[in-house]
Amino acid sequence: MTEMTIVAKTLPVTPIPMKLSDKWFGWAIPLLLDVGVLVAVLASLCIGAYPMSFGQAARIVMHLAWPGPLPANPPWSVKEITVVQVIRLPRVLLATLAGLGLGISGTALQAMMRNPLVGPDIVGVSSGAAFGGVLAMLWDFSPAGIIGLAFCGGMLAMACTFSLAKLSEADTDSMIQILAGVFIGAFFLALIDLIKHLANDAQLPTMAYWLLGTFVGADAKKVAMIAVPTLCAGAVLMTMRWRLNLLSLGDIDAKTLGMNVAMLRWLIIGLVSLIVASQVAVSGLVGWVGLVVPHIARMLVGPDHRRLLPTAGLLGALFVLSLDDLTRALLKAEIPVGVLTALVGTPVICFLLWKSQGKGWGCE
Amino acid sequence: MSNIAIEFDDLGHAYKPGHWVFQKYQAEVPHGSIFALLGPNGAGKTTLLKALLGALKPTAGKIAIEGRTALVPQLFQVTFDYSVLDMVLMGRARQVGLFSQPSAQDEEAAMDSLNRFGMADFARHPFHELSGGERQLVIFARALVSEAEILILDEPTSALDLRNQIKVLDWITRLSHEDGLTVLFTTHHPHHALAVADNALLMLGGTKYASGPAHDVLSEENLHTLYGVEIKHLSFEHKGEQHETLIPVLP
Repeated sequence: MTEMTIVAKTLPVTPIPMKLSDKWFGWAIPLLLDVGVLVAVLASLCIGAYPMSFGQAARIVMHLAWPGPLPANPPWSVKEITVVQVIRLPRVLLATLAGLGLGISGTALQAMMRNPLVGPDIVGVSSGAAFGGVLAMLWDFSPAGIIGLAFCGGMLAMACTFSLAKLSEADTDSMIQILAGVFIGAFFLALIDLIKHLANDAQLPTMAYWLLGTFVGADAKKVAMIAVPTLCAGAVLMTMRWRLNLLSLGDIDAKTLGMNVAMLRWLIIGLVSLIVASQVAVSGLVGWVGLVVPHIARMLVGPDHRRLLPTAGLLGALFVLSLDDLTRALLKAEIPVGVLTALVGTPVICFLLWKSQGKGWGCE
Repeated sequence: MSNIAIEFDDLGHAYKPGHWVFQKYQAEVPHGSIFALLGPNGAGKTTLLKALLGALKPTAGKIAIEGRTALVPQLFQVTFDYSVLDMVLMGRARQVGLFSQPSAQDEEAAMDSLNRFGMADFARHPFHELSGGERQLVIFARALVSEAEILILDEPTSALDLRNQIKVLDWITRLSHEDGLTVLFTTHHPHHALAVADNALLMLGGTKYASGPAHDVLSEENLHTLYGVEIKHLSFEHKGEQHETLIPVLP
């Protein structure tokens, strides 16, 4: 008979000690992105048919931001300041704000629905807002009317998505919520086609081009239309960013931790709808940004929404602005940015899917 | 403040009219005690737990809860890969304002709680990389930092190895005896209930149930009715102390 020896072993799990510097290091990326967005905005002002140096663009922007007494011989020509003030700056700001809003709203939706595979276009809010927008165009509404109806459409779509999920008695199942979003999105897209069918010859091309997603025709009014809702709703979401961590645990867990889940969810739905509606109202359907950008941001700063939300916003701004620059600088015939975000977004999300194999989506 | 933390009063639930999962349940859980909920699969343990957590409105009767609750779910899975410290920090939800972020004091409280469970070194580890037993301890730390008075555990020892089962049962006892927490847990192990619970509720289905002191309720007859198998009650002495346990008799 062989004698058996039992060796007691403790499985080693290497502890990672806490370091104070980690707290600050985690904020280094959002801070770097802040600088990156600022540089990208200035660099984008140099792109276009009329040549302009980075320094000149910076000087003009400084003058526009803090207007003082104009020197006798300003270091820029009238043509240069007109190009920046009237043509390039509104477009650059429009793209930056659209990207910022989509990055923030995509991240908030992914946390709220506990699924990293959702975005404003997946849950139907973009289609709903676009439906509101085309309806306003059909009725020749003012720009404020377009944003108002787009917001109502976005909210209606989100309400339909959640009601449909609730009807299935599995409303806490994030997969059911996504399926409901896909169905509602398809329904609103059909309504958009119906509106296009009813539109007259003058309205139809405008609607069709607008739906593709474009920053062509940007002006100060459009900038104000997107800036006010995006910055206000975005600021409220920023103050609640830690609550997104809690919401992402699931309804029952969040409730037992003392949260009013229903109230918080509707507040987030309202804020996200407002951001997406304002983006859709001024630039049409710009898809994939709200889905792809949060993933990349999560890879950079981790899943804690205290850092993730600002990072995703800044990254979204950088992403959309870069793609818009690409359409302006490299391509002779300007491709709508909505087409480009889809062309770039699809391979990126496929790459992330391949990379996360076996680890689960949340564990990038 | 009464002495009762949780009270089931004439409680019943039916998913379809007339098809009662359980009915006319009456039970009381005193503050600072340990309460075990036992029943075979399909007896309605999850339904009762959902009703207790407010996720489901019972068809009949009412549940009265006095105190803040914290849940320790079965097989805790998170969608996003939060760190252990982030997970514990979430327990401070009641103390942090809706539009505020956790303060340095909240982080300190979370670290203290982790320290108590011997998990401070893992603060920066991804939560999903921990073993089942370690996860349970992290969720205990979260419950403690939330200043909860009632702890609800859904099958806390399922999917744990023997060593971690003992560890979790030890912590349940300590949280109740040292911190004064009321603990309610569901289990498929009658010997766990006998070892740590003060009171127990045996869900026999429909209007049948047995409720009262664990030692009386967890009798061989009741458990035979509950599971349909022979279970023996054994007493033995170990290191000068008297112990009791329950073991199933294999056919």
